[in-house]
Amino acid sequence: MNRRMAALGAAALLALAGCTGSSASSRDEATGSSAAGTSGSEQITGTLTVFAAASLTDVFTELGDQFMDDHPGLEVRFNFAGSSALATQITQGAPADVFASADEVQMAKAGDAGLAVDPAVFAENPLMLVVPADNPLGIQLPGGGGVPSLTEILDHDATMAVCAPQVPCGAAAAKVLDAAGLSAYPDTYEEDVRAVLTKVELGEVDAGLVYVSDVHAAGDKVVAFGFSESFQAINRYPISVLTAAPNPAAAQAFVDLVLSDDGQQTLRDAGFLEP
Amino acid sequence: MTRARGGTGIPAPLLVPAAAGIAFLVLPVVGLLVRTPWSDLGPKLTAPGVGDALRLSLLSATLATLLSLLMGVPLAWVLARSRIRGRSILRALVTVPLVLPPVVGGVALFLVLGRQGLIGRWLFEQFDVTIPFTTTAVVIAETFVAMPFLVISVEGALRAADARFEDVAATLGAGRWTTFRRVTLPLVSPGIAAGAVLCWARALGEFGATITFAGNFPGTTQTMPLAVYLALQEDTEAAIVLSMVLLAVSLATLLLLRDRWLGRATVPVA
Amino acid sequence: MSLAAQVVLQRGSLSLDVEIEVADGEVLAVLGPNGAGKSSLLRVLAGLLPPDGASVVREGATIWDGDGTHVAAHRRALGMVFQDHLLFPHLSVTENVAFGLRTRGVGKAEARSTAQGWLARVGLEGLGGRRPAQLSGGQAQRAALARALVGDPRVLLLDEPLSALDARTRLTVRAELRRHLAEFAGSTVLVTHDPVDAMALADRVVVVEDGRVVQAGTPAEVNRRPRTDYVARLVGLSLLPGTGTAAGRSVRLDSGGEVAVAEEASGPVFAAVRPESVALYLARPEGSPRNVWPATLVGATPHGATVRCELSGEVPLVADVTATAFAELGLVPGSPVWATVKASEVAVYAR
Repeated sequence: MNRRMAALGAAALLALAGCTGSSASSRDEATGSSAAGTSGSEQITGTLTVFAAASLTDVFTELGDQFMDDHPGLEVRFNFAGSSALATQITQGAPADVFASADEVQMAKAGDAGLAVDPAVFAENPLMLVVPADNPLGIQLPGGGGVPSLTEILDHDATMAVCAPQVPCGAAAAKVLDAAGLSAYPDTYEEDVRAVLTKVELGEVDAGLVYVSDVHAAGDKVVAFGFSESFQAINRYPISVLTAAPNPAAAQAFVDLVLSDDGQQTLRDAGFLEP
Repeated sequence: MTRARGGTGIPAPLLVPAAAGIAFLVLPVVGLLVRTPWSDLGPKLTAPGVGDALRLSLLSATLATLLSLLMGVPLAWVLARSRIRGRSILRALVTVPLVLPPVVGGVALFLVLGRQGLIGRWLFEQFDVTIPFTTTAVVIAETFVAMPFLVISVEGALRAADARFEDVAATLGAGRWTTFRRVTLPLVSPGIAAGAVLCWARALGEFGATITFAGNFPGTTQTMPLAVYLALQEDTEAAIVLSMVLLAVSLATLLLLRDRWLGRATVPVA
Repeated sequence: MSLAAQVVLQRGSLSLDVEIEVADGEVLAVLGPNGAGKSSLLRVLAGLLPPDGASVVREGATIWDGDGTHVAAHRRALGMVFQDHLLFPHLSVTENVAFGLRTRGVGKAEARSTAQGWLARVGLEGLGGRRPAQLSGGQAQRAALARALVGDPRVLLLDEPLSALDARTRLTVRAELRRHLAEFAGSTVLVTHDPVDAMALADRVVVVEDGRVVQAGTPAEVNRRPRTDYVARLVGLSLLPGTGTAAGRSVRLDSGGEVAVAEEASGPVFAAVRPESVALYLARPEGSPRNVWPATLVGATPHGATVRCELSGEVPLVADVTATAFAELGLVPGSPVWATVKASEVAVYAR
């Protein structure tokens, strides 16, 4: 494990640990299975347009490359943005085949508009507390083991950035802060999780709440702590083929790939949790 | 001489693209107006935070404009009148904030004025002063993005102004500072006014640098554009209402200024 | 000498090297074509243009420019009037005139009343509250003069002060300017390309061409005995450079041909012929005139009751004939004519 994960207290987060070693072998198996799964439907060509939450950028790009390898003649295009912006675009008639949202509220918007049916939850993403790599306040886990609560970790007067309550990560942050009795703690409500992470990486805030998948992406630039309240608000990522999909066959195949063992393994490699 | 159709005196090759230009600028606003939920305007307007955000927006845009005037007018003078070397490089540097994506501008401000920044670290360690996530940071971010508009307008006005008036002032015993104050400044005041209006409007609409450098905290750093953006995440109609408020207030302000101030500042030139 | 200057300046294609001296109460006109360097000279005198190292400008005992000294324009006790008045558009006429007093520390009320006194002197009483844009050209130039004179300067610099005015206004403003210059105790330098201004206003004239003084003297001298084609054209003379013959009373022209003159002439000389002393004939006239030359009419311009005829030939001349005579002779460009001048009408002076 080459990352600086200071504390993987939450049991769920243990999934993060042994992920890197096993990915190669599981990939081989999964590729086999997905090839088998698609052998029946031969019409997977043309262009596939996937609208996906910004937090899925890395992992979906990887899945997309794999999908294109499996289906020569298919072109996969991604539109990565905030889930709510994507939901707005989709309800305004954007020509998308697949919508992968970072929370169920935004998926519900598409569902209410009759554009998404029976979405499947394909990943979960709890929040972690991150601090700058040099940990200027010396924040550390309390002794005694187990999963500490947020109040136990944050016994300093730290400046904290969280997402704004209007975006999924902020809704989750509001829940966990509420549970910890720290509703008034944050100093700024950022427009997205990336902005929270940037401010932590720059050392302009002492702490921030971000998804565990973002902790993975940030690598050495931050130190992360798990905390018990994160179970109060685990973000669930639903995916759905859109009813107006221009390429429904490819769309279904891609959703199948995301839900397959192989797809799930790739997601776990990126720090997401299995639902 | 026959005049163009309708007696407007505008030649058709100009009229058509000009009309297209107006439509291009105005139609999106019409779109907003059409979608505005007039019936529940009241509740959305009195929603908590709207008043704060509007007040903060007007205050910070005005402070940013004053700050820009304070620094930008002298800077424009240096660019237009002085003979210092590297002036063209200086001019290019002034326009950097125009080209820089505002979010990057916000990060750049962190690197200088942030708690870990070149100057910010010193401020923090020596005086325990932190700039980010304060209203001061909002003003700084807006100034950074908006000041070039003022500088460029004023520099243009200075270049267009007849420099011989400054010679006249010198022969009448006025030193360079007196000349600047009593002759140059009044002569270019229409340009300064136009630049200040542009600057204010840009500052009022500033989003990227502000949300990056100042963050988003209701009451201290959440300006209207930030409130609009976040409202857009969950309630499009609320976002439209907020936008219309911002639009109405800024248009009203500009029209008022045009009558009271810009109109008078226009110097009749013989 | 109250104002003395030796100005050396190299700016682009202009190479200026001029020396002038103006006594107290004296008006010096600097006459020359556009681009001769007149305005640059004036700007150096005003301190608006730093001269090159060799230059010295002194006012009385005070050195303004020279040996590492450069007194900034605003510290020189001078007043300047520009071609197009350049009244500050954002100030009232009174405020314009009071400007020089205010910058020199005079109180507001006193500056106003002094300015109003000056406005009265230049005939603008009651117009002080106006903006410059509300004045006529002549009024504006009078206000500009008042503005330049209000601080009691030691030196007055006039840069083409009348050339932006229409002909009728120029006449009256010129007359007033003459009166004010007569009352002015300091030194005045007037830059102009109009010989009439120079003749009417100046005590002395220097003619500058290509950055050099080509002639200096009283207006009458310059008028009567021009030394360059430019001055000759300005004062309306045909200037014929030549050499006095050994026999005397005759000048062999550099361009060929010979001119009979009434006085002894030897060595390099100018022969100058006034246009009104040239007579034109269609056939060679018989009789007394010693100077008879064939010529071709190349141009004709009406000039009041006369027509100014430009002649080319061995002896290039300008002739004024009455409009009636011009019509009777049936002259058109290209017509061959005979030109005669009495020897006594030819001025001759050393080159």
